[in-house]
Amino acid sequence: MKVDTKQKKFGMAIDLDKCTGCGSCMVACMSENNVPFKKDETNKLDSITWIKVYKVTNDKKYPDTDLCYIPRPCMHCDGQHGHAPCVSVCPAVATDNDKSTGVVSQIYTRCFGCRYCMAACPYHARYFNWWDPVWPEGMEKYLSPNVSPRMRGVVEKCSFCFHRYQLAMDKAYVEGRRELREDEYQTSCTQACPAGAITFGDLNNPKHTVHKMVQPDNKHHGKPKNPKAFRLLERLGTNAKVYYLSDRKWVRKLGDNQTPNEESSKKH
Amino acid sequence: MDSALIPKGVKRCPLPVFAAGIAVVGAVVLWGVAGMLLCWLKGLNQTNMNDSYGFALWIWADLAVIAVGGGAFFTGFLRYIINKEELKNIVNFAVLVGVNCYVGALLILGIDVGQPLRGWFIFWHANVHSMLTEVAFCLSCYLGVLIIEYIPLVLENRQIDKVPFFHNLGHNMHEIMAVFAATGVFLSCFHQGSLGGVAGVLFGRPFSYREHLLVWPWTFFLFTWSAAAFGPCFTILCTKITEVITGKKLVKDNVIELLAKISGWMIFFYIIAKTTDTWYWAAHTAPAMGFELNDFYNNVLYGKWILYAEIIVGGFIPALILITKAGRRNPLLLWTAVLLATFGVCLNRWVMVCQTMAAPVLPFDKWVLYSPSWQEVSTTILPVALGIIVVSLSYRYLPVFPQEQELNPID
Repeated sequence: MKVDTKQKKFGMAIDLDKCTGCGSCMVACMSENNVPFKKDETNKLDSITWIKVYKVTNDKKYPDTDLCYIPRPCMHCDGQHGHAPCVSVCPAVATDNDKSTGVVSQIYTRCFGCRYCMAACPYHARYFNWWDPVWPEGMEKYLSPNVSPRMRGVVEKCSFCFHRYQLAMDKAYVEGRRELREDEYQTSCTQACPAGAITFGDLNNPKHTVHKMVQPDNKHHGKPKNPKAFRLLERLGTNAKVYYLSDRKWVRKLGDNQTPNEESSKKH
Repeated sequence: MDSALIPKGVKRCPLPVFAAGIAVVGAVVLWGVAGMLLCWLKGLNQTNMNDSYGFALWIWADLAVIAVGGGAFFTGFLRYIINKEELKNIVNFAVLVGVNCYVGALLILGIDVGQPLRGWFIFWHANVHSMLTEVAFCLSCYLGVLIIEYIPLVLENRQIDKVPFFHNLGHNMHEIMAVFAATGVFLSCFHQGSLGGVAGVLFGRPFSYREHLLVWPWTFFLFTWSAAAFGPCFTILCTKITEVITGKKLVKDNVIELLAKISGWMIFFYIIAKTTDTWYWAAHTAPAMGFELNDFYNNVLYGKWILYAEIIVGGFIPALILITKAGRRNPLLLWTAVLLATFGVCLNRWVMVCQTMAAPVLPFDKWVLYSPSWQEVSTTILPVALGIIVVSLSYRYLPVFPQEQELNPID
């Protein structure tokens, strides 16, 4: 049987002009990944949301007001020289950038809760379990058996629903295949989005929609060739695998920081 | 009652007075232990940390006590490697302060991690790319070195010294102490630097990120340098506090002045390097990431005052006092200088930890401020209180200050 050695780079493209901010992706993610929640979720600074939807505006008054919702999962950064910001700092190798899939994993049983990875992540995509998970009575029966719940004192984050990849690969192996079809491995947020704003697939595979949308330039750390596509904090060199698309210039501009000098020189 | 344990030729307060003092500090220890147990039993939800503030008071305390504890390795370096003979009269105390600082740092780290029982993973599953791994290895090894440096002092206790084996052991350890001092300097250079590297390598955090020399960011060198520079000031400060509490002069002025002078010049050159680093970061590093200096200092708490406070108030002013003969000879100015220096290095560590967490990075993010819970405060004070008890016991029963007898003759 032929062994597949082709390196994959799973990634995401989120069309911000389609996102309505409904939060379905967040709900689907929590349900799929057994994400714990508190009785009182008022304080968002210690809530766990593997994918979080930010609401941003163009700061203009009516009738020029415009707003945009930015769903933010883990960016699964490749970083510089293959070191994602969080992966290189973890002292116990509890997080890893899988070269065969591009997925940045979190090993809950290895993590000892130093939170250095959280300090390193500029996207706030990593969450600490400040409490042990407590499920409302009966809800434990509805937990996904494919994802282990996390204990107090460890860090967790979006895994690109990696268990789905494993299940799909298991099925493919049984059927004598080593390659997955594009639709066989999709994240729960992708499938839950009613507006179809999220596209997921292999960025290295030119046949995949995500590749066609983004047109990543692997010679330049995956920078998108599509002028409407961008990544958050591109200049930091995190080399994220999550891309955003928008026709609106102010939205694209909001993806990264610029000094006033740069802004004025662009205007002239 | 305990007179047989007290070193010959020195006077100590009556045991009940001493015990009363220890009891007061002991109450603070109990408060700290209560906070520590709550954190261990109930988890880090007992703190006011959150997902934006994963590093907070405890990490600052770790960095700060290790920085000020740097007096141990640098004084040891001056005494045993550079052969500054006068410093033999303060090196014991520097080591004692250092031991307390490092024990405190490890204790706080033991509370700070979410799964303390897995703390050994950092050694077993070590990631060689992580600055924290280097910190863990060097810090633990150096604590071992400090304890080895402290043992000969313990062996000098009147009763222990009567045992020939311990007497000879202490003597022989003194003979080879230069080897441990050199080992301590080597280890300290790495873990002090690595603590600087912890913040300096964060390329996702433009506030603390710095350019590298090979694998080390500039903060690596600045942290080592600042610990060597400011650490002796903390040793002097602790000596002066001990003199006030005991009501005695314990170290001759020429010893203090020598250490103060070396510390002053070290701070002076450090603060020039720090200023240069800040300028380069503000002019080149941060703008390349899309930030300008004002972006990092436009908060109510984190304004530019903090930069000036660190560099001028906690840097240039103590340096200028200490490098002038008149400054270090004036008791009031000396006190001012060592207090400001300790404040300056602690503020630097605060900024590198807490301001790094507070400053927004995403263009649509906001500043996140934080205030510690009482459990965090009590557990931060816990090692300080423990340190006071260890220093008190050491002072009472061990010849910590070799010049005490000469400076305070008993009639």
